[in-house]
Amino acid sequence: MSDGAITIDAAVVPARTARRSLPAHGSRRTYAAYALVAPGAALMLIMLLGPLAGVIALSFTDYQLGAPHFSWIGLANYQDLFADRVFWTALRNTLTYVVVVVPGAVIAGLAIALLIQSGTSLRSLYRTIYFLPVMATLIAMAVVWEFMLHPQFGLVNGLLRNAGLPAFAWLQDRSTALYALCAIGIWQAVGFNMVLFLAGLVSIPKQLYEAAEIDGASSGWARFRLVTWPMLGPVTTFVVVISGIRSFQVFDTVHVLTKGGPSKSTEVLIHTMYTEGFEFFRSGYAAAITVVFLVFVLALTLIKSRLADRGVHYT
Amino acid sequence: MAQIELSAIRKSFDGTDVLNGIDFRIGDGEFISLVGPSGCGKSTLLRIIAGLEPQNSGQIHIDGRPVDGIRPSARNLAMVFQSYALYPHLSTFDNIAVPLRMRRLSAIERLPLLGPLLPGRRAKERGIRADIETIAEQLDIAPLLRRKPGQLSGGQRQRVAVGRAMVREPLAFLFDEPLSNLDAKLRVHMRAELAELHRRLKATFVYVTHDQAEAMTMSSRIAVMMGGELIQAGTPAEIYNDPGDIRVAEFIGSPKINILPGRIRKDGGIDVLGTALRLACGATAGECRVGVRPERIDLGTGPFSGSVVHLENLGAEAFVHLAIGDAGLRLIARLADVRHLPAMGSPVAFGFASDAVRAFDPAGKRIPLRAEQSERIREPAHV
Repeated sequence: MSDGAITIDAAVVPARTARRSLPAHGSRRTYAAYALVAPGAALMLIMLLGPLAGVIALSFTDYQLGAPHFSWIGLANYQDLFADRVFWTALRNTLTYVVVVVPGAVIAGLAIALLIQSGTSLRSLYRTIYFLPVMATLIAMAVVWEFMLHPQFGLVNGLLRNAGLPAFAWLQDRSTALYALCAIGIWQAVGFNMVLFLAGLVSIPKQLYEAAEIDGASSGWARFRLVTWPMLGPVTTFVVVISGIRSFQVFDTVHVLTKGGPSKSTEVLIHTMYTEGFEFFRSGYAAAITVVFLVFVLALTLIKSRLADRGVHYT
Repeated sequence: MAQIELSAIRKSFDGTDVLNGIDFRIGDGEFISLVGPSGCGKSTLLRIIAGLEPQNSGQIHIDGRPVDGIRPSARNLAMVFQSYALYPHLSTFDNIAVPLRMRRLSAIERLPLLGPLLPGRRAKERGIRADIETIAEQLDIAPLLRRKPGQLSGGQRQRVAVGRAMVREPLAFLFDEPLSNLDAKLRVHMRAELAELHRRLKATFVYVTHDQAEAMTMSSRIAVMMGGELIQAGTPAEIYNDPGDIRVAEFIGSPKINILPGRIRKDGGIDVLGTALRLACGATAGECRVGVRPERIDLGTGPFSGSVVHLENLGAEAFVHLAIGDAGLRLIARLADVRHLPAMGSPVAFGFASDAVRAFDPAGKRIPLRAEQSERIREPAHV
């Protein structure tokens, strides 16, 4: 009996001490955890969340760049914004740009990646050529495009005239200017998408194609539908979202080539923000446009993480 | 159900010969194992039969019909891959359905949105479902039909891959090392299942493996390949007991056959380790090699002696490693009775029956032997 009591005691005591020491031990661990998280958290606060909060706060003021004073005006900036026809034009143009450039750049990128992957020679040469626009400075390239699209001596119109087709004043015509910019946007994004698709294609197990071939998928299209397209799911989602976000940010080509013209037909969100903020110095108003822009980017990112959670990742 | 005939199949990759003229005939309903060490060309041969790889020369006939240049999808063979190659985005059901849908539905009917609306698609889909459910029942995977391959264990994936092969009732089944990704216990289990499947389907199976145990336990015939050549084909017992080549003798059997240096005398008698065997052959005098399986070595009595350097007691049997002389010659003997193991380091006498001896010439070819006397050679040698 006594033996039993002793063993029970002996068993209980360490348990009690362990429980008592647990909080102290735990808090030490918590401090360590906070200390380890601190640098990252601080950087994120300074670099990302702080400026974001600043922009949101700024959008509720009438601050003008360089002004000594400002006052809180609540939602007045947003009221102005939503009443402004230029904003709606810019939003519509931006969305049009996104809707044209994203499918264009994704499909062209995938097509080029498939062509390069199926070829046997000169793969790296083609890869480099198609990747060049990504590496080149877009402003410089925009100038080249300006020459190419020139109504009189531009290469594009020259080719059209040789083919017996009517020429256009691409960047000066209201009906074509935005689409000309879209074409440049696709040209610029294709290389980047192609590289991502190529990486995705390389990682598809070869045996899946062989299994498909044996299962009766004799045509290239059947194998693409059965293996390539589903296996590229994660890459495609990523490419679509990245292309979407980058298209929302379109600015350089607009600023260099059209400045939003002719008559606001190429006005886009970021260009409106730039004009308001840095030409008219209405920083509060520009901040409100930025907030609207951020809402779209956030929505795209949320869609991506949702899709990533289910559907496109299989393991 | 089909015969497969290979004649003079040659294949080289970038100037390196992988297959040097393979001639082989696989009978209807046979379970053939292509076995050999890695790089012997067995997988390449299987892929050539499947049509995934074109041969450089030679012909393949399936059921008497030449299939050279015919696409894999048109050869009506099913293949189970080492990695199973299940489509990870499709459920088990859809994985098994792929070959049926590819064959029974037209390209338009397979279209994602439009396809299901077409007339007749419903009835075809019902037929496919019925077939898959039958197969799933047979393979015991009915509860898994809605899961994705990522949610299945290795053995389950294996079964789904077999189901995908079975459902289309192919002319022959090709297996490319299908068990090598499974753990040892499951492998033994799946071995029995595949053999059972073959008995049930009575179909032609061509099975590639580097594991001689798989080949020995499942196949009706084994084809041993080495260095791009098919060096011997026969039933497992033939391959084990009558190896035509020293490489076959060494590859089949675990632990490996014991190879002892021997000498053919001018009178046709054979000496091993300085002891004359009561065997004779018609070969010319000179060096030879003598092989004796571990289970045919009798410990305790005999003209030879060695010392115990290692013991492996597996419970049901034990392997005794002996060192003979100072030349580093090693030998393994199987002991069926593990209760009387020799002590480590102790000297042990051993011998073997004359019908356990397989002799090979220096090139590795088998030398036919005849017994001088049928008596066992346990007495000291009379040189």
